Amino acid sequence: MRFSRWLADRWVMGVALLVLGYLFLPIAVVAALSFNRPSSRLSYDFNEFTLDNWRNPCATSDMCDAVVRSVQIGFISTVVATVLGTLMAFALARHAFRGRSGINVLIFLPMATPELVMGTSLLALFVAGGVQLGFWTVVIAHVMFCVSFVVVTVKARLSGMDRRLEEAAMDLYASEWQTFRRVTLPLVLPGIVAAALLAFSLSFDDFIITNFNSGTTVTFPMYVWGAAQRGIPPQVNVIGTAMFAVALLLVLATTLRGRRARRAAVAAPVAAGQAGGRS
Amino acid sequence: MTALAHVPTGQSTASSPPPAARSGRYRFLPYLLLLPGAAWLFLFFALPLLQLAAASLYDPTGSLATGYAMTWAFSNYPEALQAYWPQFSRSFLYAGIALVLALLMGYPLAYAIAQKAGRWKNLLLVCVVAPMFTSFLVRTLAWKTILSDNGWVVGLLRDIHLLGPDGRLLATPVAVILGLTYNFLPFLVLPLYASLERLDYRLLEAASDLYASPVQTFRKVTLPLSMPGLIAGTLLFFIPATGDYINAELLGTPNEYMIGNVIDSAFLVRLDYPQGAALSFLLMAAILAVVFVYLRKAGTDEVL
Amino acid sequence: MTAMGHDAPAGDLRLADLTKRFGAFTAVDDLSLTIPQGSFFALLGASGCGKTTTLRMIAGLEEPTSGQVLLGDRDIARLRPYKRPVNTVFQSYALFPHLDIAENVAFGLRRRGIRKVDDQVQRMLSLVQLDGYGRRRPAQLSGGQQQRVALARALINHPQVLLLDEPLGALDLKLRRQMQIELKRIQTEVGITFVHVTHDQEEAMTMADTVAVMNAGRIEQLGAPADIYEFPATAFVANFLGQSNLLAGEAAGSAGREVPVSAHGGRFSVPAGRARADRGPVYLGVRPEKLHLAGSADQVPSGHQHVDGVVTDASYVGVSTQYLLRTSWGSELSVFVANSGTHGQVPVGTRAVAYWDPRHAFLLRREPGEDDRTTPVLDEPVGASS
Repeated sequence: MRFSRWLADRWVMGVALLVLGYLFLPIAVVAALSFNRPSSRLSYDFNEFTLDNWRNPCATSDMCDAVVRSVQIGFISTVVATVLGTLMAFALARHAFRGRSGINVLIFLPMATPELVMGTSLLALFVAGGVQLGFWTVVIAHVMFCVSFVVVTVKARLSGMDRRLEEAAMDLYASEWQTFRRVTLPLVLPGIVAAALLAFSLSFDDFIITNFNSGTTVTFPMYVWGAAQRGIPPQVNVIGTAMFAVALLLVLATTLRGRRARRAAVAAPVAAGQAGGRS
Repeated sequence: MTALAHVPTGQSTASSPPPAARSGRYRFLPYLLLLPGAAWLFLFFALPLLQLAAASLYDPTGSLATGYAMTWAFSNYPEALQAYWPQFSRSFLYAGIALVLALLMGYPLAYAIAQKAGRWKNLLLVCVVAPMFTSFLVRTLAWKTILSDNGWVVGLLRDIHLLGPDGRLLATPVAVILGLTYNFLPFLVLPLYASLERLDYRLLEAASDLYASPVQTFRKVTLPLSMPGLIAGTLLFFIPATGDYINAELLGTPNEYMIGNVIDSAFLVRLDYPQGAALSFLLMAAILAVVFVYLRKAGTDEVL
Repeated sequence: MTAMGHDAPAGDLRLADLTKRFGAFTAVDDLSLTIPQGSFFALLGASGCGKTTTLRMIAGLEEPTSGQVLLGDRDIARLRPYKRPVNTVFQSYALFPHLDIAENVAFGLRRRGIRKVDDQVQRMLSLVQLDGYGRRRPAQLSGGQQQRVALARALINHPQVLLLDEPLGALDLKLRRQMQIELKRIQTEVGITFVHVTHDQEEAMTMADTVAVMNAGRIEQLGAPADIYEFPATAFVANFLGQSNLLAGEAAGSAGREVPVSAHGGRFSVPAGRARADRGPVYLGVRPEKLHLAGSADQVPSGHQHVDGVVTDASYVGVSTQYLLRTSWGSELSVFVANSGTHGQVPVGTRAVAYWDPRHAFLLRREPGEDDRTTPVLDEPVGASS
């Protein structure tokens, strides 16, 4: 009886941890393979431990070029998509206007359309218009599929914001511009940053749409795809592991900072009772 | 006692300017804000779809080199469907099986994080997203290592006779479905988590107080209340999974090819644009049919 | 102190024919009133009565459909909120979560280009007894402390009018009482006109010099709290501000200094000076604490009037016992008897008479066909406001 009760309380957590294990299994393999000296070009099995791949990540210079190109494309696309998407989010969250439902559909549809269809249709347009495929067609495509995600993320933050804060600012002698600059923007900024990070990761990792519109331009995913046919250099796993580690550290750092701030907030009233403050 | 301050004067039409005087300055602001983004989406999302629609009706005997003629060749559609029906139906079959598997794994995971994790909630949430920090292709290739014929997974399955001595996982439907499930699982879990997190634990207590067994509580309270997240998550999983061809390419063989592989080669290898366009539209139409069934239940705003 | 004329002689705040419509709904209906400079004015009403809309029009957060908001001789109705010498303490405070307490308080000064703000901020924080809290974030303060920051943030600008939108609604009962006294003290100290919006009648009566009771976008009655309570102008006021027993009757014009009233077969009278109407359908009103209980009609002191009934309920609430007396025609009257120790408790089921001094009764106009109104009005949930 007691055991079944214990099991009833815990089984969900047990399943959850197993699923997390499933999610992390390939990451562990990637990390392990980044320290592997493969026995042959086409072998994906662990052979021998080595630090060579980490010491010399750019041994295959094509790969590093591709990484740099992905970062460039990701950066430009992120900036453009974040600006366009944030403006749209403000219009949707803060203004009444005709044609709202049409705009909503235009924003929603790219998220509901398979990447494959977006990729092929853009290719059809570029070909019909005689546009040379390359770096900039990839940027155009990336901005296009990132914008919707930016709109949704920033809009969520905006509509979660108390309108009275802006009213309070206006009541306290802040003009429209000052209200935006001193109150709205600082409060929405976390949402904009989150949207930008999301856009960058979407852009950096995109393969399908890029594949149709890149011409001869090679991004990191394109490089991996091409290499998969010929045999993957182990340095790909170094890049994969490093990306994972950097992103994880960033996220953990912000989470921890958030938690410390919250703990301080809880502790403060207690401290306030003893010392009068420290200003 | 002061006299009543309120002195009714009837419907006095006071001589004040109409309120539009000030709001006039802002009437065009929303359109200005929307213009660049909407134009971008129109030019590079909506317009291409129209171009694709046109391309799907081009004369199929043309080629990129000689140019295509618009002949309103609606026959491209039945012909494409007939030629690639196995891949087309396989896409939905694989994505459907993967969705069921993902729900079986994703629901307990989302529920555990939302309701049982306590102070570990944020950490576990990071763990769900973390695998996506590594490139999609790199992760999928890692499955190639895990499922390889001389890997420990296949070895174990052979030892317990779930696989024959020559049985394999790589280059089978199992590997492709496993890959699909894996790659899109976080898209299912995150919205599901969001709606389960809002679920008030007291509602579950109230249900059990009112004589509902755990199973009944789940069916009558938890499940209906998590419906918006479930619908959003299902869509976010199903749409990319159906259109995916990377898993089939890297983990399967041409026998496991999905419609994405066919479209990819139609555009990039065979250069048969009319057929590729027709197949793209068929895929989109089929997916939209599924989406609309859901949207009628949820409404666009909730999914957004 | 600044070019904006914050210390200029303010003058009275006058609303003239102020109207606000949202589509077909009229939130504020042709409102006119004068709030003398330096007074503590309360707008009292249930949620949706238009009191918050009125406040927002004074603040500039809502533009009137028609009418004027005059400060002294200046019409400010169409000025942007940041151009008005008026500040607001918002419901649930609206403190800026990304700024610390000192910066919250200094916000208005900084927007007006004042650089040296530290001294003023210190003084303001001590006025609201929050010395040393300057570096905290709003989320680190309790509700009562946040409320005082909101007050300091508005007062530091020396507005000519301070608007308070349900400022105590989010506080628990004990803290609310404490803050009422505090607010009153600060108002006396700074001498600024306070316009206070609330749905809590007790709060309005404790704090304000003048109370305006609003209903459906109009002011039903305006005056000193005691005047309104003792002699309400309408049935709505009689039951929104405290509780009243209103008996449906008919009056046939005043006879000398009295207005005779017949109600439910009984004959009563009210002094002519306490009649809002003296002809046709009227309500005869008596407050529950002005009713007394006696065993039989012959115990009623001379000059008093009475009705017979049966005690159907007795609730002991400490300072008093609240009885319900069912009359012969079926209405239940509330009678509050102070527990002064001179009377014993009257058991439920006893026949009794309720009597009153006619000078404590009042007459109100009644729509024909309306019946007695003696059931208490339920209190509104805290924080629900228009």
